[in-house]
Amino acid sequence: MLVPIGYNIRNLIVRRTTTVMTALGVGLTVAVLVGIGTLVEGLRSSLESGGDPLNLIVMRQGSTAELVSMVTREDFEELKFLPGIATSEDGPMASHEVLSVVNLALRSDPESVANITLRGMSPIGVTMREGARLVEGRWFATGKREVAVGRSVHEKRAGTSIGDQLYFGKGDWEVVGVFETGQGVFTSEIWADGNLAAADLGRGSARSSALVRAQDDAAAEALVNRVADDQRLTLEAERESEYYAKQMVSAGPVQALGMFVAIIMAVGSCFAAMNTMFAAVANRAREVGILRLLGFSRSSILASFMLESLLLSLLGGLLGCLMVLPLHGLEGRIGNFVTFAETSFQFRLTAGYLTGGLVFAAIMGIVGGILPSWLAARKTVLRSLGA
Amino acid sequence: MARRLVLVFKNLRRNKRRAFLTVLSTSLSVCLVGTLIAVYGAMYDRDPSEESAQRLVTRHKVSLAQSLPIHYRSRIEAIDGVRNAVPMNWFGGTYVDNRPEHMFARFAVDQEEIFDVYSELKIPADQLEAFKRDRQGMAIGSEVAKRTGLELGQRITLKGDIWPFDPELTVRAVFEGPDDFQAFFHQKYMEEALRDIPGGGSSVGVFAIRLRSADDAVGVAATVDEMFRNAPEPTKTETEAAFQLAFITQLGNVKLFLLAIGAAIVFTMLMVSANTIAMSVRERTREIGVLKTLGFDSAAVLGLVLAEALLISLAGGLLGCLLVPAVSAAATAVMGPLIPSLVLPPWGLLACITTALAVGLGSSVVPATVASRTNIVDALRHAG
Repeated sequence: MLVPIGYNIRNLIVRRTTTVMTALGVGLTVAVLVGIGTLVEGLRSSLESGGDPLNLIVMRQGSTAELVSMVTREDFEELKFLPGIATSEDGPMASHEVLSVVNLALRSDPESVANITLRGMSPIGVTMREGARLVEGRWFATGKREVAVGRSVHEKRAGTSIGDQLYFGKGDWEVVGVFETGQGVFTSEIWADGNLAAADLGRGSARSSALVRAQDDAAAEALVNRVADDQRLTLEAERESEYYAKQMVSAGPVQALGMFVAIIMAVGSCFAAMNTMFAAVANRAREVGILRLLGFSRSSILASFMLESLLLSLLGGLLGCLMVLPLHGLEGRIGNFVTFAETSFQFRLTAGYLTGGLVFAAIMGIVGGILPSWLAARKTVLRSLGA
Repeated sequence: MARRLVLVFKNLRRNKRRAFLTVLSTSLSVCLVGTLIAVYGAMYDRDPSEESAQRLVTRHKVSLAQSLPIHYRSRIEAIDGVRNAVPMNWFGGTYVDNRPEHMFARFAVDQEEIFDVYSELKIPADQLEAFKRDRQGMAIGSEVAKRTGLELGQRITLKGDIWPFDPELTVRAVFEGPDDFQAFFHQKYMEEALRDIPGGGSSVGVFAIRLRSADDAVGVAATVDEMFRNAPEPTKTETEAAFQLAFITQLGNVKLFLLAIGAAIVFTMLMVSANTIAMSVRERTREIGVLKTLGFDSAAVLGLVLAEALLISLAGGLLGCLLVPAVSAAATAVMGPLIPSLVLPPWGLLACITTALAVGLGSSVVPATVASRTNIVDALRHAG
């Protein structure tokens, strides 16, 4: 026979100050864990939507990033006529791209400077990014010193409004447009004409990488193998989506520190929950005796107090999830370890992390509640009543 | 006074388990705050060494990804106050694979003067001579030697990524110093190999400048940047410390991140502490009535409760500070190579204790006030 759950709920309500304070402690711990989760998931979603599964990034063998890669003109000419590459009315869908980074300061803080990716591309490069659309102004014109900037660059970084001049390569470039690519990573980039940018950056006819579009999934697979096996090309092809997925390593240290803090905080919160439950048990010694007299067994007393501790911590877990809610949708930025530049993302609260947070809270409740509950169940009826 | 203190200690000992749990909980929070302060210190508050303060780094104004012409060197060296200006090129590339022990930094440098500029790197004279003589020689830091097992005389090949060139090198020297997970080889070797590559041969990533005196840092930096202001490749010159700080700024808003987590920890600590004090005051309502009957005034009761809370927080704070080294070491282990070592600076220690005491005070103000205002009759009637 189980003690009715209403008994526990009423007890939590009667001692509401203690209940709320303990729950807040658990909640803040959960908030740290779930908060880190929104950051990690936000970055993941930004990186995942960056790549089109049919687009392949081609880089020099052994290069881990476009910025530290080189693809020569000859290799690119070879590459773009490989079988399996999609064609449009303008010819094969292949963009020879040059990458660099430009230091730009925050609009809000001139001292906070970060690398922003600069991408020079073939004219078809823009079309190859599905979802890229202008929010303001127009695209850069081929053969002109013009750039289009991603939305999040435009919002955060100084000197990126339409009409502004950006200095890189060997001179000024005019900002003529602001573009958006959904959630994707490209909103953290600046785009320009590839030939002109490469010349300015002193790359000769070589570029950093190539982006090619495969006709279909099977063709993409075949192209990856074909490029790897081709003895003349010292290149490697990789699906764009995989290239971006790998950049999740950038969240590694943040995630590690966050988890680490959350776990130690959880130990502290367990102690706090234990304190609260010990007090609850001590205050209700007589009630426990009466419950036993009424015929409730030791195990149902144990279950009842465990349940109360669990309820308390779950309340904390809910509070923690609520505290994180305002983060959802906020814009964040993180240094990307692969591109050596900034990547923007939007904090994202996922069902997985919410559930994780509640489970985390439940564990704190169980660990914190077990000793006090056991103590309550162990007392003999006479001692409980006599207390 | 002393007798009141005895009373406080007696109260603390009454519920030993509760005091113990609260102290433990507080200490965990304090040691986390300490660890975050240590992380902050490692990133933003590094005191540059004497040698580092004498160094400037000149790079392309746009970003590190753009290079400077090598002929800038003689013009920089001609500036008053400059002792050396050595070209350094980040080579990158791959050695064997991408395992962490193989990811040491690799620079193509001027072999003649690099060790004059980085004078804290200790290198045996005969090895330095051997490194200078061999065009394909390489000098590695002792940490590289330790982690990769490379030895003097061993030949290795680096696979280039930025540069289409795979240097074949022989280890000629092992140097020791504070930052020695890096390796140097001759800039001239790279220059020759890349002669036909546009932008490859004669470009330089950065110039590392050694000053005659650290006092000249601001003046020389301004002179260098002014000199190349209207050149196609303008420069940005800053102290080594500022140059390194720029890498931290790249990581994102680290300060806000640390502050947010720190705030969550402190509030948790506040909740736990306030809860404990409130519980113990509530349980003692009747006793407070007795104390008042015996002649303790409101101020005395207030003092008793405050003192109890402060003692618990202080104990938690001290224990927490003791835990910081262990927790920091664990944090370094989970965070990987981003942060080399975490040490809590003295001001951090002070901040930890202050936080603990502030939390103790903050958490007890309400319960203490309630206790001191208790009416004797009500208190004695309290059922508890």
